[in-house]
Amino acid sequence: MNKRDFLKGLILFFPAGGVLGALAGDLGAKEAGAKEAAARDAGGTSAPKGYDPGSHYYGMGIEIDKCIGCSRCVEACKVENDVLPEPFFFRTWIERYVIKKDGDVVVESINVKGKASKERAQEDSDVLRTFFVPKLCNHCAHPPCVQVCPVGATFATEDGVVLIDSERCIGCRYCIQACPYGARYLDPRSKTADKCSFCYHRVRQGLLPACVEVCPTQARIFGDLRSKASRLVRFARMNKIHVLKPALNTEPKVYYAQLDGEVR
Amino acid sequence: MRIPEQVKRLALVIGILVAGALVTRFYVIPRSLVSSDLHRSTTVERELVKPARFAGSETCQGCHEEEGVKKNKSFHRNLACEGCHGPAAKHAEDPGAVKPPAPRDRKFCPVCHAYDASRPTGFPQINPVVHNPLKPCIACHNPHDPVPPRTPAACSACHAQIERTKAVSSHALLACTTCHTVSEQHKRAPRTALPTKPQTREFCGKCHGKDSPQKEPPKIDLTTHGTPYLCWQCHYPHLPEGRG
Repeated sequence: MNKRDFLKGLILFFPAGGVLGALAGDLGAKEAGAKEAAARDAGGTSAPKGYDPGSHYYGMGIEIDKCIGCSRCVEACKVENDVLPEPFFFRTWIERYVIKKDGDVVVESINVKGKASKERAQEDSDVLRTFFVPKLCNHCAHPPCVQVCPVGATFATEDGVVLIDSERCIGCRYCIQACPYGARYLDPRSKTADKCSFCYHRVRQGLLPACVEVCPTQARIFGDLRSKASRLVRFARMNKIHVLKPALNTEPKVYYAQLDGEVR
Repeated sequence: MRIPEQVKRLALVIGILVAGALVTRFYVIPRSLVSSDLHRSTTVERELVKPARFAGSETCQGCHEEEGVKKNKSFHRNLACEGCHGPAAKHAEDPGAVKPPAPRDRKFCPVCHAYDASRPTGFPQINPVVHNPLKPCIACHNPHDPVPPRTPAACSACHAQIERTKAVSSHALLACTTCHTVSEQHKRAPRTALPTKPQTREFCGKCHGKDSPQKEPPKIDLTTHGTPYLCWQCHYPHLPEGRG
């Protein structure tokens, strides 16, 4: 074998080996992919048959005039979603607004079991108006938290729910800073961000979110914006609807009726 | 033009390398490494396998039919069973093993029914300190059919704001029933039997028309005054002095 033959052989050998290897790998990958897909179809953990996320778009309506500040929703949420019991981890919470006659506005998050309400008898004659405002993640159509996440751990599903991938989240807290509604917190157990998921696991089973289920006065209404016959669509049609911080163009999907102008 | 042999060979090698890179990128590397779709679908799957702790009122009433029928006719018809009894999905799965609690002490009902200035007007509230002290709520009120001691005697019990407004207006001496016809049913189920409201200009004209036998009310000529508008489009009947 002279030098020329050796080089010719070399030029043919390496690319041919590469192509063969790639083809073998390709076959393996295809098999694995098929298995994965089959597992997903059979497992039933993903979309139950007939569920098309594209044909749903979930939102919540809140009627301020009906909220009695009993915190049933807050407690139910904590139980349903395994939220830490300390009074600074909330997926949903209730704020008490007290508007004074001189224009001062006092906002406080009420404690679970309504402990605050007993102590603070708002009998002062300088109170102009006082009411409760339930708050939660607004599941914005343009969520700032999704924009800022450096690892793509938080995202909006096709049916309009903003979720967090706790396996991808690196706990950098950037989303907590970015949320204009203060809806996120860092779960100290997993060191990842957490927030309301509209009880996605319940909704996909056809149940209502826990807070909506237990609300004694029907102040919370959950529904599908794509369905013409949903309670939420009717709620939005029959009431003058407000959202929180509309100027930010986040397009929240939590709609408030009878919202006082002072609520931020 | 003839392409030199060495250029052809070089092109072949480069072509094979590019093809290899493309195959590696799109076939050899698993999709989960490059696509966010799989991450998202696994997140959704992880979300979906979370257990629901609240079974929902319909599940409860599948067995506890009697309580359900009773509750659904009462003032508590909109309350979920698990609002008071706590999450009961485990109980629904295995009714014998897990029993949901039934709150019976005086601490529980005031969570909703203690007086709080921030609560909406008309919501039934009591002062737990003076309201039959030490007596459990369920001694007088059945939580599945809570009946207030009596139906409200006066409209102001619920419509306090309107009553206060009317009290300082020139309509202060008119009874609510002068203009509204209220059925007895309205006291028990306010939203199913709404009181009537005046519908025509002639109704106000009965007192305010220039031919009216009443002396005191200010008179106008119904044919020229404010046509074609209805009276309450300019005058709020509960405070007629206020315009707008």
